Order: sequence, then C-alpha cells, then structure tokens
Amino acid sequence: MNMPVNKTTKQRKKRRGRTGDVLHRLSKNKVAMLGLFIILVLVFISVFADVLFDYEAQIIATNVPERLMAPCWEHPFGTDDMGRDMLVRILYGARYSLAIGAVAVLIALVFGVVLGAIAGYYGGIVEEVIMRCTDIFASVPYMLMAIVIVSVLGSSAVNLMIAVGVTSIPGFVRITRASVLTVRNQEYLEAARAIGRPNVSIIFRHVLPNCLSPIIVQVTLRIASAIISASGLSFLGLGVPKPSPEWGSLLSAGRGFMRDYGYLTLFPGLTIMITVLAFNLLGDGLRDALDPKLKKR
Amino acid sequence: MYQYALKRLAMIIPVILGVSLMIFIAMDLAPGTAVDYLAPEGATEEDLMMLEHQLGLDQPLLVRYANYMTDLVRGSLGTSYVSHRDVMATYLNALPNTLALAAASILVAIGISLPLGMISAVHNGSIRDNLAMVFALLGLSMPNFWVGLLLIIYLSNGLGWFPSGGFDDGLRSLILPAITAGTGFTATITRTTRSSMLDVLGQDYLRTARAKGVNERTVIRKHALKNALIPIITISGTQLGAMLGGSVLTETVFSWPGIGRLIVDSVNSRDTPMVTGSIVMTTIIVSLLLLAVDLLYAVVDPRLRARYASKGKG
Amino acid sequence: MKEELILDVKDLVVHYELEEETVYAVNGIDLQLRRGETLGLVGETGAGKTTAALAILRLVPDPPGVVKSGTITVAGHDMMSVSAKELEEIRGKDVSMIFQYPMTSLNPVFTVGEQIAESVMIHEHTAKEAAMERAKEMLELVGIPGSRANEYPHQFSGGMKQRVIIAIALTCNPKLLIADEPTTALDVTIQAQVLELMAALRKQYGSSMIMITHDLGIVAESCDAVAVMYAGRIIEYGTLEDVFNRTRHPYTEGLFNSLPNIRDRARALKPIKGQMPDPSVLPEGCAFAPRCPYATERCTQMPPQEHRFGGTHRVLCSAYDDPAFHIERGRQNG
Repeated sequence: MNMPVNKTTKQRKKRRGRTGDVLHRLSKNKVAMLGLFIILVLVFISVFADVLFDYEAQIIATNVPERLMAPCWEHPFGTDDMGRDMLVRILYGARYSLAIGAVAVLIALVFGVVLGAIAGYYGGIVEEVIMRCTDIFASVPYMLMAIVIVSVLGSSAVNLMIAVGVTSIPGFVRITRASVLTVRNQEYLEAARAIGRPNVSIIFRHVLPNCLSPIIVQVTLRIASAIISASGLSFLGLGVPKPSPEWGSLLSAGRGFMRDYGYLTLFPGLTIMITVLAFNLLGDGLRDALDPKLKKR
Repeated sequence: MYQYALKRLAMIIPVILGVSLMIFIAMDLAPGTAVDYLAPEGATEEDLMMLEHQLGLDQPLLVRYANYMTDLVRGSLGTSYVSHRDVMATYLNALPNTLALAAASILVAIGISLPLGMISAVHNGSIRDNLAMVFALLGLSMPNFWVGLLLIIYLSNGLGWFPSGGFDDGLRSLILPAITAGTGFTATITRTTRSSMLDVLGQDYLRTARAKGVNERTVIRKHALKNALIPIITISGTQLGAMLGGSVLTETVFSWPGIGRLIVDSVNSRDTPMVTGSIVMTTIIVSLLLLAVDLLYAVVDPRLRARYASKGKG
Repeated sequence: MKEELILDVKDLVVHYELEEETVYAVNGIDLQLRRGETLGLVGETGAGKTTAALAILRLVPDPPGVVKSGTITVAGHDMMSVSAKELEEIRGKDVSMIFQYPMTSLNPVFTVGEQIAESVMIHEHTAKEAAMERAKEMLELVGIPGSRANEYPHQFSGGMKQRVIIAIALTCNPKLLIADEPTTALDVTIQAQVLELMAALRKQYGSSMIMITHDLGIVAESCDAVAVMYAGRIIEYGTLEDVFNRTRHPYTEGLFNSLPNIRDRARALKPIKGQMPDPSVLPEGCAFAPRCPYATERCTQMPPQEHRFGGTHRVLCSAYDDPAFHIERGRQNG
C-alpha cells in the first residue's frame, strides 16, 4: 500500500509501556513535579534530621536570653518562649508529620485494601458483612473516632498514627471494593480460575494490580489529609508530647502567645500547608497521569 | 420512596448498637476511669471504692452495657458521671451552637464555591480557572484551625473587627468561626462543582438546548447545573456530616461551646455515658443528614426517583 | 416565483486544533439549498458531515473547533457575523437540528414537555402554560399522546425520544432542518416509521432539509439532491439522478458496489478496500487515491480537480482531465 509516511509522531506515542506512559505524563506536569520535589526535600530533611541538627542543643534545650525573638537574620522564623530557633524546630518536626502521615496511610492501606479486595472478590455474605461493618464504623465522624482512639491508647506519636490510620480504613475499603468489582467478572479472571489458581493468588496477582490507579491516587491524597488530621489532634493535646517539635504541637504552644507573637502560629501552619499542598499537587498530577481522559476535557 | 426511606431509617438501629458498643468498650479499655477524675485529693481506698460503686463501675462491662441499652430503649441516654446532669439535656444544650456554626459555614462555602466552580469549568484552562483552582488547592491544604488562629491574630487582635471567641456578639461572633470551618468545605465543593460541571458540559443535551436557541447563560445555569448537582449535593452532605463531628477544632480555637468541646472534655474525664450518648446522637444526626441527602437526589434527578421506588419494594 | 436560497455555504473550512495534532475535519465545501428542497449528505463516519452541519448552526465546540474560513448564509442571515443574541434567535427558528443520538440528546432532568415548550417560549415569547399546550400538540403531531408531556426522557424508548427531538426541532416551523443520521441509533423497524414521520412533517411545514446519512437507501427515498463527502470534501454533488444514475466519482461507485443490488442478487458485494485516511494527516494528493482502483501516480501527488457535467453535476476527480475516462458503473448505466 502506498500510504503516506507522515506518521512518525503517531508511532512515537505507542512505544512506551503503560507505566512508562504514566511516568512520562507525570514528569511533564510541572506542578506535580514541584510537589514531588518539595516532598523529596522534606523526606531528605526528615531522614537526616539528626545529622543536620543537634537534638539536645537545638531542639529541646532552653536559651532564655534569646526567648521570643521576632524573625530576624539569625532566626528567620524567630524563637519560641524557650529561646529555641523556630526554623530549626520546624524543619526537625518534618519527620513527625511525614512519619505520621505515611504510617497512618500504610495502616489504612493494608487493612483497607485487604478487606476491600475480599469484599469485592468474594461478594455475597462476606461482602455484606464487611461493608455493613465499614458503614457502621464510618458513620462515626472520623475526628470523634480519632479522639476516642487516642484517649484510649494514650498520647504518643505511634498512637496518633494508629488513630489517624484506623479512621482512614473505610475510605480504602470502599475504593478497593469498587475497583475490584469493575474487574471481577473480566475474562482473564475466568481464565485464572479455570486453570485452578488459588483465590489468594488471583487476588494479588490479577485483581489488585488492575485496581492500582485509584488506590495510588488515594494514598497520596490521604497522606495529605492524614497530616492535617494529625496536626489537629496534636493541637488538641492528643498527639506527640512536648517538647518534640511536631507541627500541631508547635501551633498549640504558639496559641498561648498568639496576641503578641503571631509568627509562632504563622510559620508552623505555613509549613503544614506547603507540605500538604505538595502531596495534593502530586496526587492531582498522578490522577491526571493515570487517567489522561480526565485531563483532556 | 417512603419504603426506601423507612428501610434506610431501620438501618440506623444496627448503627446505634454497633457504635455504642464500640465506644463503650473503648472507654473501658482507656487507662483510668471517671473515679480518678472525680476523686478529691487524698481520697482513701475506701472512698474510691464508694465512688466506683455509686457510678456502677464495679459491675462488669457487659452488665453496664446491658443497663445502658435498657435505658436507651426507654429513651434515656443516662446521667453524666461528672456533672450528674441528664446526658440528653446537656447534649441538646450544646447542639444548637454546633448546628449554627455548621449552617453558617456551609452557607459561606456554597455561596463562594458554586459560582467559582462553575466559572472554572466554563472557562476550563483559562487564567480564571487556574486562579480558582490554586485557591481551592490552598484551601484544601490549610489546616482549618490554623486559618482560625490567623483570623484571630490579624482580624480580631490586629484590626479588632471581630471578637476572638465566645458567642456573646451575635452574628458578628459567628463570622470568623464560620469562615474557619468553611475553608476546607469551600475548597472541596469548588473542586467538585468544577469537575462535575466539566462532566456535564460535553453532554449532547446541551447541544440540543443550544440548537433550539437557548442562550448560553441559561444553558449553563439551568440545563448544565441541574445535571451537575448530584455530586455537589453528595459532597456537601458528607462535608456537613464531617463538620458536625469535626467541629471540635474550630470550637476549641474560638471557645465555642458546641458538641465537639463537650465530647473532648467528656473523653478526658472518662465520662462514659456522656461520651457514648454524644457520639451516638451525633452519629444518628449524621446518618439522618445523609439520608436527607439521598432523598434530595430524587428531587433533582427523576431517574433516581424511579430507582428508589423499585428499591423500596425489593 | 424565483427560487429562494435557504442555505448557501461557500468554501467552509473547519479544523479541530488539539494539543498534539490538528484534525482537518472540513476542507472547503460548498452547499446550496432552495426552499422545500432536501439534500442528502452522504459519507462514511468521520468524513466531516456532522462537523459541517454543526458549523451551519455555529455549534462546532470551540475550543477545539475553529471555523477557519468560509461564508454561511441561512435564510438571509450571515451566520459568520451575526451577534450571539441574533444567533440565539436564528437557532431553533430559522434552522434547527435533529441529532444522531436520541438517547443522550434530551436533558434527563426536565420533562419532555418542558423541553419542547422551552423552544416555544424563546421564539414566540409565550407564557409557560400556553407553551406547554403547544408542546402537547407537538407531541400529538409526532405520534405521542399529549398526556405524556409531564414524563421524563428515561420513561421513553429510543424511537419515542427521537420523535420528541423531532418535535423540538419542528416546533417553531424552521426554514431549514438538519437531520444528522436521525435513524442510525434506532431499531430497523422504528427507522422506517421515523423517516416516514419526518417526510410527512417536512411536506406539511415546507421546510428545506439536509439529511445526513450513510444509508444510500434513505437518500434515494427522500432526497432531491445528493452531496457525497470524503475526508472533509464534497467529492460528488448533483441531483439525485446525477449521482445515482450517472455516477462519476470512483468513491461513490465504491459505495454503490458495497451495497446489495436488488436487480442483480447474484453479484458479489465489493467493499471499498482500506480505510479513510486519518483526518489529522491528510495526504497531499487526492485523499481517496490510496483506495481508488483508478488512481494514477499523479492522483497521489496533486490535489484533485473539479469537473462539471451538465448544469448540476460536480465531481472532484482528476481522472476526468482525460475526456475519455469513465468508471465501470458509468459503462453499465450508460
């Protein structure tokens, strides 16, 4: 056939695999890349916080002569009522927020995905029981639930993770179930069942990989909301105990000096905002990259 | 339709059972009891035992739960361990404050987000759209209580425009809390409105409307919006529900005596009847709210009206 | 009486300018339609028929659609220069359109009566009650009991939805009616009913009509003139007689050959080989050349030339540069 050879652009589009395609689209999304960059910087600071800063001398020591200094060259974010540099404390605090966000979502992910996959894959009475329990659990407003859980377990970083994580489970159960339902009756599952694969293997090898997109997006966006929830609980005094510079506790401490030292409230909140924003940007970018149809409209 | 509503109402009963049992067990597992909170300084072992007996805390968990449920069936949520007042009365006393806050914040939120989301969708990709989306994303990324703190620092302490807390000042004292609680709200509804409108804007029936000479404003505000409403109503409903339970932070920041504060204080004093009663009541209210949202769908969408009718029978 | 031109389209070019590519949907078409006349616009899916029709109502979605050039005159209105307000008055009154997908073309949250009445209220400035009465009459006219005016689209079958859409389009007695494959999405048994209804109503109202279709049978039954589109251009245009009995273009011939012939049932069907070119990468020469059994080297290099036969028959094919050229069908039909 003498078709025109003017087709190079079309052929180029086809060559990457699906994952490559997604990553390519994501990497072209500048805002999402900015989000990823901020997250990577925060992760770096968190991992090397003890190398970068001296916990004893900079984070928990008191330095009365320099207390409550307004932002200046030496202390860009000012100092708190103990004379500690706020910038250093905030940067150090990144590790709490990130860890709480990540672990909480990990807890929700593991329980939520397993329960959701079981409900969606088996259907029937199993699904009914799991989904009704999820409904009951989710009908308690999550903030109240988290407050009760932290009170029961006591205030600590780990318990904060558990509280935020447990309250995020229903979201993952529902999303996983919904996407499992969409692939449950596809032919390749019939094929896998026909050759006698065990159910567990079918779920993990064939069902879940095809439900990944919404779950990945959900993970990113949930980390964002987990960080906000955790900072709220800490603000109520239900989180990481002092003197650890968790961002919510910094806000709680700053509240006492709100009238005259507003910067103690401004900067920790701004940091939370930027961190959460970064995760939201990445999450939105991932969603667009995973489902290019949505973006085009 | 009525059958569907009744069915949904019946579903609230297992929710009440499940939630109350869950909270009861949780409060029992929590370290310390109301006795530790109530006992005066230097109380003897005997005094503590007395107090424990008075509150009925010496009985096993299941007996206490059974007693609680018996009371509940009779319509009583019990008496507070701490204030010795009726739980229901105390709760109903605090509820209007939270409801006022929730109502004000959802009004603020919908008033801003509906037009913003629609403009954003209609001018998809324009500078206006991008600006609106940046604002929405920022609103979504800010902890609400921090917004409240900033408002107090700059608008009430700084400029003295609004009171920084309490609610003695009538409507003026409601404004800052409403904005605080409404920030995340506004952001979420704006994003939902935009994406829902984008879904609808490409539909064939809008072309039909344009082809018969309907002007563009009416196409958007009547033909498109009514179809885009369902996701917007859903998200508004769930947000309002989350707000009723999550108002505790705003209430703390503005010393607003609502149910959020009530519950946190009761949790801290291990006042099990107060905690259980308040959470059960809040859960019921939220469930009713979600049911109302569901029924509202039917008003908006005739197709769902038909589906509810058949579901009710089945 | 001089024959009045209801529609006059000249050199219409419409592109869809997407991020990654430009789709050349309509590439310079001319159409004329007199009062009471019916034109069949024929072609495969993707030939640009719907885009051309939407352009006449200025309904091409923008972005990404752009009318690059051309003039469109509908009942004396210059559609390219009228204001938005005038456009709203023209749409539905001077020209209306029946769409291809009845299932999605009605707004699901309004009753069918409201949707018909809206048109009346816009163009005749009547009150709601009077408009609803008119809506009921229109429903009766298309064969639906007026009492069903308060029902919603989901309560109707596909064929009935299309009747409702026809009612909406005809409510204000338009001078030009564009029907975009009005029966493609319907069951075969319903198709004939809807076509019959349209023909009857068109006669009653005296509207001119463009019937967009890929079904030559429908064209033979209902049209006075035929325009065959391929890759955004009209490649053969003439009266029904011209195009059906004195077919000139190899593509039109291909269309006929791929249909069963009632007079010669033993003849094997000959589908046209290959596919229409991707409208985002049109070839330099004739767009049909890669599939054309008569194509020469020159056809793939040079844009096709227009040739006229008689007063009404236009063919876009360079083969007729050679006066001796004729297609096979031409030999059979004389």
